[in-house]
Amino acid sequence: MSGVDRREFLQLAGGVIVLLTAPPIFGQESGRRTGGQAVPQDLSAWLNIAEDGSITIYTGKVEVGQNARTSLTQAAADELHAPMESIRLIMGDTDLTPYDMGTFGSRTTPTMVPQIRRAAATAREMLQDLAARQWSIDRAAVIIGDGRAMDPHTNRSITFGALTKGQKLVRTVRHDESITSPEKWTVAGRSAPKVNGADFVTGKHRFSTDITRPGMWYGRVLRVPAFGATLASLDTTAADAMGGVAVVREGSFAGVAAARAPLAASALAALKPSWSTTPQPSNNATIFNDLKKLTTNELGGRTEGAHFGSLLDGMADAVYKLERSYTVAYIAHVPLEPRAAVAEWNNGKLTVWTGTQRPFAVRSELAEAFHISEEKVRVIVPDTGSGYGGKHTGECAIEAARLAKGSGHPVKVVWTREEELTWAYFRPAGVIDVRSGVDKDGKLLAWEFHNYNSGPAAIRTPYEVQNQHIEYHACNSPLRQGSYRGLAATANHFAREVHMDELAAAAKIDPLEMRRRNLKDARLRAVLDAAAERFGWGKAKNAGIACGVEKGGYTATCAEVRIDSSGGVHVTRLVSAFECGAIVNPDHLRNQIEGALMMGIGGALFESVAFQDGKILTDRLSKYRVPRFSDMPQIDVVTIDRKDISSAGAGETPIVGVAPSVAGAIFAATGVRIHALPMVPRGLERTAPQS
Amino acid sequence: MVAIEILVNGTRFPIDVDPQQSLLSVLRDELDLTGTKYGCGEAQCGACTVLIDGQPIRSCVTAVSGAVGHAITTIEGIAQNSQLHPVQKAFLDIGAMQCGYCTPGMIVEGVALLRRRPEATAGEIAEAMEGHVCRCGTYPRIITALRQAGQSMKGKRP
Repeated sequence: MSGVDRREFLQLAGGVIVLLTAPPIFGQESGRRTGGQAVPQDLSAWLNIAEDGSITIYTGKVEVGQNARTSLTQAAADELHAPMESIRLIMGDTDLTPYDMGTFGSRTTPTMVPQIRRAAATAREMLQDLAARQWSIDRAAVIIGDGRAMDPHTNRSITFGALTKGQKLVRTVRHDESITSPEKWTVAGRSAPKVNGADFVTGKHRFSTDITRPGMWYGRVLRVPAFGATLASLDTTAADAMGGVAVVREGSFAGVAAARAPLAASALAALKPSWSTTPQPSNNATIFNDLKKLTTNELGGRTEGAHFGSLLDGMADAVYKLERSYTVAYIAHVPLEPRAAVAEWNNGKLTVWTGTQRPFAVRSELAEAFHISEEKVRVIVPDTGSGYGGKHTGECAIEAARLAKGSGHPVKVVWTREEELTWAYFRPAGVIDVRSGVDKDGKLLAWEFHNYNSGPAAIRTPYEVQNQHIEYHACNSPLRQGSYRGLAATANHFAREVHMDELAAAAKIDPLEMRRRNLKDARLRAVLDAAAERFGWGKAKNAGIACGVEKGGYTATCAEVRIDSSGGVHVTRLVSAFECGAIVNPDHLRNQIEGALMMGIGGALFESVAFQDGKILTDRLSKYRVPRFSDMPQIDVVTIDRKDISSAGAGETPIVGVAPSVAGAIFAATGVRIHALPMVPRGLERTAPQS
Repeated sequence: MVAIEILVNGTRFPIDVDPQQSLLSVLRDELDLTGTKYGCGEAQCGACTVLIDGQPIRSCVTAVSGAVGHAITTIEGIAQNSQLHPVQKAFLDIGAMQCGYCTPGMIVEGVALLRRRPEATAGEIAEAMEGHVCRCGTYPRIITALRQAGQSMKGKRP
């Protein structure tokens, strides 16, 4: 999804076929992606009740650690009036579950929760009808509860299974089917533990990396040495001579498979390739200058920007004026489970188990790669070892399928950490230029904001300002880039919120007061005040604050830092206030917020992809630092439950306030204003320019 | 290829392997004990942690030959007689996971730590667990879970 924002993708995909041609990728494959199929309306596509009363719900969403399996089970239990234990979810299986565009953009809670509720409500009404018919009583007299239909007048009751006798439930799920409002939830709205948690603590759960098939071989893929390199020739003599090894070569693809993993590794090492290389633009030292020269007109500022009033007039009236440039580095997702796939061909039908956020899109990629119809491809997504927006594509699935086809065996491909850190796509780097003016009281009069490359998510300012020009400039990224938790919202919040701090400092106004003076949005003000109060804003030293709204979630973060004697920056405390409408599962919401804060510390302080001459230099975990136990601050989460507002997703937005609040805290502690993410990859004194 | 025997979770497995093959690969690919995870291949993330004679080691950088003659315990061997270990129970109670991929390594390391020192403080736990990555960021919960498990393990011989 190079250069295409998720939100834009969704807008485009409203009922029309979307064709996104992947940028050229070297040493791996990625096909065309399609989307926009209709949501099925047959109840049986979503829900089945077996004769023993066990209920199965089908959804194309996948579980990657956000605990959607649990929240969707809660929604179904709530609406069906059945115990959670009686409900099982089948997720992300393209043969069994309804089409779904993918698990991204914090869309599961606002779209799939109501869809499952509508299906479950339809089923409940059907059960009511069946019971009424069986007992020859008025349907209004039938009560559905605890997985049974009951007749309170006679005290008789019947299980769901006995009512449906395992037959397919034929009824249409109406898009306006009424569902239970949050005040009346009995199962949702409460903390429920991860439904299959025991499988994870015992090692029983099979991730994609753990799938085995009878006769399965292990596959390895030959990688080009750098972006822009291509395979000129390949000598496979030594690998061919090893015996028991399949060497598979097709176009730019070359790989090996063998019955045992070490043999596959030896065969890969025995391949003798020669490469032709092409010079690659940019490196991590010059990227921010280069990006502005790499702009395209493709998507620049088309829909996401805002243009109104007159910047000229606004700036003319301003007492304090400021012009600043902010940068964000490429960063890597580093899902602990790397990309992995097991592929198996049976009579021309391909089945692939793989950890992806977009099973149906991967099915399309596979169908295209092998010139077969989508009906001949089944993609199954076991609950996956995280994604964070990093697992949208199907390259590993195609690799496994190619090796399976070439070897005549089911094949497992698990990317090594080096492959993952090199050939997965990155969160885009970006440059953000901001020019602004405020009056003597700190009220915004003019706001000009240009984002180069990192993306348009949350590019608009939530602050009141009469004169604005906000624009996103798409660029030809020298590295492969794509989705990431929160996407560009992190970059845009960093630039916007640090800039607000700088304006506050210029006008000698407290950062919290500065925000209050320019904010009308009541929901945003509520989280801002809640975070400030819990944090003890005004009393705490070395403190920063930031707020924002994205994907229907309202967030405010307060940070406190400690600077050690060698310039090391430690985030000692984070307070996050978050509001996303009615809370579906309070504990899992907290878990998401805590996790987003922890992850945000990495991108804020030290995470950065280093590259030169088309080579990724940070290609190992020992070279790419991620947050660890020692980076853990004291974390305090305040959630605001708004049962009067539909639930929004929460996996992403809480991350956006970390970097700017930490930047504010560093400034409070040292007087150093940092304009670049990561802020202190090598500690404070050596990297931070004095403001 | 040589014929060796390794003892995993109390069961002897005769296997025919390259002695340099990593213990991780042998457990996962030869014995189908897939609870132990690959994360980085260079002892940086802790996902592959198993116990050798009760001591946590990184199986991705340990040759299988080094485990011969020792008792290996993997995540599959932590629960006894289908009774969850207090550390496993605490991870469930506290919800100390999101995707769960790092969880086996965290639990195995945690069990070793708490057997040695059930009264470990939050700071001691953080220090002992520093070699483990949870990319989902559940560190605070893992510490809470291990403290809770330590409480219930105190005075008991696990």
